[in-house]
This record gives sequence, structure tokens and C-alpha cells, in this order.
Amino acid sequence: MSLLQVQDLKTSYGKVNVLAGVSFQVEPGETYALVGESGSGKTTVIRAIAGLAPAQHGSVKFNGMEIRGASERKLRPLRKDIAMMFQDPVGSLSPRLTVGRLITEPYKIQGMKDRDLNLEAKRLLEMVNLPSHFADRFPYQLSGGQARRVGVARALALEPKLILADEPTAGLDVSVQGELLNLLNDLRERLGLAMVIITHNLNVVRHVADRMGIMYLGRLVEEGTTEEIFRASRHPYTRCLLSANSEPDPDARLERIALKGEPPSLLTRPHGCEFRERCPFAHSGCERVPVWEVENGHGLRCLAPLTS
Amino acid sequence: MTEVLLEIDNLSVDYETGRGDLKALRNISFSLNKGEIVGIVGESGCGKSTLISSILRLTAPNTRFREGEVRFKGRNLLNISEQDMRSLRGSDISIVFQDPMQTHNPVLTIGRQMLDIQHRSSATKAEKLHRAAEMLSAVGIPDPQARLKQFPHEFSGGMRQRIAIAMALMSEPDLLIADEPTTALDATLEVQIIEHLRSLQQDMNCAVLFISHHLGVIAELCDRVVVMYAGAVVESGDVREIFGNPKHPYTRRLIDCDPGHIKERARVLPTIPGEVPDLANLPKGCIFRERCDQAMPRCTASVPPLQTIAEITGHRAACWLNHEEMAS
Ligand SMILES: Nc1ncnc2c1ncn2[C@@H]1O[C@H](COP(=O)(O)OP(=O)(O)OP(=O)(O)O)[C@@H](O)[C@H]1O
Ligand SMILES: Nc1ncnc2c1ncn2[C@@H]1O[C@H](COP(=O)(O)OP(=O)(O)OP(=O)(O)O)[C@@H](O)[C@H]1O
Ligand code: SF4
Ligand SMILES: [Mg+2]
Ligand SMILES: [Mg+2]
Repeated sequence: MSLLQVQDLKTSYGKVNVLAGVSFQVEPGETYALVGESGSGKTTVIRAIAGLAPAQHGSVKFNGMEIRGASERKLRPLRKDIAMMFQDPVGSLSPRLTVGRLITEPYKIQGMKDRDLNLEAKRLLEMVNLPSHFADRFPYQLSGGQARRVGVARALALEPKLILADEPTAGLDVSVQGELLNLLNDLRERLGLAMVIITHNLNVVRHVADRMGIMYLGRLVEEGTTEEIFRASRHPYTRCLLSANSEPDPDARLERIALKGEPPSLLTRPHGCEFRERCPFAHSGCERVPVWEVENGHGLRCLAPLTS
Repeated sequence: MTEVLLEIDNLSVDYETGRGDLKALRNISFSLNKGEIVGIVGESGCGKSTLISSILRLTAPNTRFREGEVRFKGRNLLNISEQDMRSLRGSDISIVFQDPMQTHNPVLTIGRQMLDIQHRSSATKAEKLHRAAEMLSAVGIPDPQARLKQFPHEFSGGMRQRIAIAMALMSEPDLLIADEPTTALDATLEVQIIEHLRSLQQDMNCAVLFISHHLGVIAELCDRVVVMYAGAVVESGDVREIFGNPKHPYTRRLIDCDPGHIKERARVLPTIPGEVPDLANLPKGCIFRERCDQAMPRCTASVPPLQTIAEITGHRAACWLNHEEMAS
């Protein structure tokens, strides 16, 4: 049984369909990356899984149990097993609590009274490589990357089984980023931690994710093992996205495949393949609606898949 | 013709804390020419955001300016009136904050906020709204007319970041300061924003001070790079020199840590072992010494000055190794 199973998840705000049916699953100990266009619905997916965004349709099963639309009472015990790292690090920390209070709050919420909170705070700070005197600081006294690490420490406090991480390394320099990813890799190996990670950093995806799903306009357009997607992606959007990654070399010659036109309107979704108007490889046949097809574990929504 | 636009001259800034003064910036000096794009890179917590909030005088209440000047078009911004400073911000100098929520007021619609920042213009309300919609579309936000009626929380993280960029560019500034403006953008949009900034540089001679941890973007966008470590500039120079011929061990280690170089999945990513020194209790000698694998006795004895290594390119570094090289 999968640890997390998301089936045909749909979310709309008013008339705007933000998620138009998203399905994927995550096994225990697996890291699944969600990548894709800004505004394509990645944050909404994981917020909906955690019960923080509405989902009018579909199913979210954690350990086989349906949690979509579950009451807070039913979700409370699960809050220990599912932890969230928010995209906006400073905004997600309440400004009036010290760092020490913030990262040990999960113990209080779960009613774990036997813990020595000072000791736990020290342990958690050490884990994310912040000095222990940071426990006395307030969020505004942190740099962007330090606030991010406080969010990570808080998410790890209860040793969750599943982490929903929204851009966990944004704002970290490459060395601290490496430390954090090594820590998460280590937790996965030792505790079997599973993770859904959203990141725009393709270099990060390559090193942490076992499998990845690529989102466009509220749907997955491709899914596969990370290795396969980087080596032989088949959806034109994925190709455009991967080709846009910049290289840490001022003289690098990048062969980019540019997207055409403007991002489409969610108010009037395009007909046929929804990527058609921006697709550099589209042809007349793309006016039909592509269905999701899976071959050897590689999922694809495209009428004219690319070969290498 | 190069003409200096912004000059940071020996700037030192502290934060007063219960544990003593935190020496957040120490003797920072560098300059930015008109129409030039300069990148700042450095470890998380090294003082990049402190530096730009000091330039704009938008610092936290416990900030103390110890010494130095920030000259913009020859005027020292640290001693002009608050009123003059306010009229510079948002006209000659624009900023994109690291945290987009610092730009957006959560209780006002985006349209309202984009009207408000055009308060100096004599255009009609309809014209201003039209321009706001144009700017949204220029940063890739679909349905701009409808979107203007929405509140910040109704946008995705990357959209908020793009709106902040659009708002900063509305005044056509001479200097744009951007603190990690692309962390929430996918790679294709990031490229689009880079191209947008490039064309502003070319068409309007707009200078950009660009902070980012994304070394690929720095390499692609910037003319020159300033490398900071623990509150000090440790190296600065032409972007090719910094990436191709780094002269400070921290810069070298930083570039080596970039997973962009490593194309095969790595179980363990490279890091720089050790910790950043406590800024309230500075160690003696070179600030990087405790983590430097090339440290020598001299590095403990005294602080290496930021010294010019190549006159023509203006490449500077603060490391005793370069002095050994020059002596031999
Ligand atoms: N108001 C404050 N009071 C005390 N210390 C502060 C305050 N603001 C920032 N600091 C500390 O000053 C140092 C520099 O912070 P700054 O935000 O400038 O770093 P940064 O280089 O922007 O880092 P990042 O890349 O993580 O955003 C950090 O160690 C931070 O913890
Ligand atoms: N509370 C809300 N009300 C109305 N629309 C919303 C709300 N939250 C999100 N949206 C819209 O849903 C869409 C998807 O947003 P989401 O934050 O999930 O995108 P994302 O993929 O995480 O993007 P990014 O990479 O920029 O963070 C966007 O068009 C956004 O404006
Ligand atoms: S001065 Fe010494 S300790 Fe500092 S970076 Fe150079 S070699 Fe390393
Ligand atoms: Mg998001
Ligand atoms: Mg910062």
C-alpha cells in the first residue's frame, strides 16, 4: 500500500479551476518532486493534501485512510505523521514567538509534556546547523535562509513519516542547501521518511528525488523516475523547462527551447491540448484532448511525444 | 564611458543584541557603475539583506551605523533627510525584497497597490490601471485585468514575486536592487526575467544590484560579482574571473558546492564543513580561517586586507595566499 495516494484531486476558487485532476502516489521512504510552471498549482496540491486548501473533488489517502475533507479531530493525530514546510518562511512563523518556542511548539500541540523543551530546541537547531543561542531570537532577527532552516527544524520535530516541503531550499546558499539535502537523505535512510518536495531548482531535484511529476495548468503532464526524465523526457513542456536551467559558468552555451506566447488564462482554458498554444512542437492533431497514458511507469499527456 | 552610480565606502553596521553587538557588516566597499549589473553572493546570514536595507535606510530598530558612507550619484544617503530618502526610494532607486510580503499589503488588492505606487504620475486612473495590467502581463501573469482585483494571498508564490518585480520597475529607476527575486520562479520564467532585466539595462541604462544563491543565474546575468562571507567582502571582480579564476578559498568552495556541476545523482552533496563564526564574538585573523583548508600561521595573526590582484580587471580578494603568490 502506498503511503500517500492522491487521486483525481480538483480544486477551484470560484469559477477558476486551479487543479483539474491531479493523481500521484508516494511510497514509504520515497521522495517525489513536483515541478512545473509558477502558478500551475503545486502549492495548492500539497496544501490540499494537508487540509489547508479546499479540494472539491478526488481522494487523498494516507496509509489507506481517506483524509480529504476530514475533520480536524480526525486529522489531529495525523499532524504528527505529516509535516509541512511552507513556501514563505518568514510569513509562516508567528512573529511574537522565539525560535525556541516555535520549533518546540509541535510537542505542545501533540500534548507531549514529558519532553525537555530546551534540550529539544538545542537538538533541532543543531540538526539544521544553527547555533543554540538562536533559540532566543525572534523571526525578524533571522536572515531569509535562517528562517527557512527554522521552518525545517519545526517540521522535523516530531519525526514525521511524510514531509510536504514547499521550496525547502529556496534562499539557502549552495553549501547550506547541500547540508539540508544531506540531512533529509539521511533521515530517509534511517527513518524511512517519505517526502513530496516542490522546487524550482532542477539541480536539487536531480539529487533528491526518486520520481518526479511535471505540472502545467493544474495537471500533471509527465511523470517518471528522475533519472529517466532528465535523460529522456518526452513531453515538450518538460523539455522546455529542463533546457531553461542555467549553468554556473558565464561562458556556457545553452541550447534553450523557448516556450511560445503567454501563459494561458485559467478563466478560459485552451481547447485541445492545453499546452498547444505554447508548444514549439505542436501540430494540427494537437487540437484533440490528450489523455494520460502510462508506459513502463512513465506517465505522459501528449499527442506527439518526443523521442530523443 | 563608465560613471559611478552607487558607492559603498567602508560601511560598518552592527545589530545591538542581548549578547552584545553583532558586527553584521564590516568595512564593506564596492561600487556600481551606471547601467551595470552586479551580483552579490555569499553564505546564508552573511549580511546581504542587511547591506541593502542599509543602502535604503530601511533597517531594523536595533541597527547601528558605525562608520562609512553610501553614496548615490555622489550624495551620501546616510545623512540626507528622511524626506529626500523617501523620494529617492521608489523613483531613482527601486527594491524587490527577499520576502514579497514586505512589498505587498495583505489587505489591499494588487490593483490598488499598483495605483498607489504611481502617485507621482499625472496620468488618469484608467491610464494607470492600463499600465498596471501591462506590467503584470510583461512578467507573465495571465488575465491581468481580472487579476488586478485580487488580493496578494490569491496569487502563487512566484506570481507575488513577479508582481514585486513589476512594481519595482514601474518607476523606471536608475538603480534596481533585487534580493533573491527569482527563488519562486520556474526555470523558464527565470530566464524570461533575466532577459527582461538585460533589456532594461540596454534600453534604459538601469543598473541592477542582484542578490542570489543561484550561481547559474549570477553567471548568466551579471557583469561583476561581489562575494561576501560573515559580514565582509572577501572577493570581487568580473564575473568570468570569479567563476573561472577565483582567488579566495571561500569562493572556490562555494562554486564547488553548486550541485549544478554534478550531473549524476549524488547521495551526499558537497558542503563547507564547520560553522560561520559568531559575529558577536569575532575570531582573530582571517574570518574564514576556521573553515579554510589552506590556512597558514599568518592567517591567525592578522586579517588579510581586501587587495587588488589585477589592476585592469579590478579583481580583488582578501586572502593571504595571494600575497604569498605575489611575493614569490
Ligand atoms: N534585527 C536583527 N537583530 C539581530 N540580528 C540580526 C537582525 N537581522 C539580521 N540579523 C543577523 O544578521 C546576520 C545577517 O543577516 P542578513 O539578513 O543580512 O543575511 P543574508 O546574507 O541576507 O542571509 P540570507 O541569504 O539567509 O537571506 C544574520 O546572522 C542574522 O541572523
Ligand atoms: N486562495 C486563493 N484564492 C484564489 N486563487 C488562488 C488561491 N490560492 C491560489 N490561487 C491560484 O491558484 C493557482 C495556483 O497557485 P499555486 O500557489 O498552487 O501555484 P504554484 O504552482 O505553487 O506556483 P509557484 O511556483 O509560483 O509557487 C494560481 O493561479 C493562484 O493565483
Ligand atoms: S587568509 Fe588564510 S585562512 Fe583566510 S582564506 Fe586565505 S588562506 Fe584561508
Ligand atoms: Mg507555490
Ligand atoms: Mg537575505
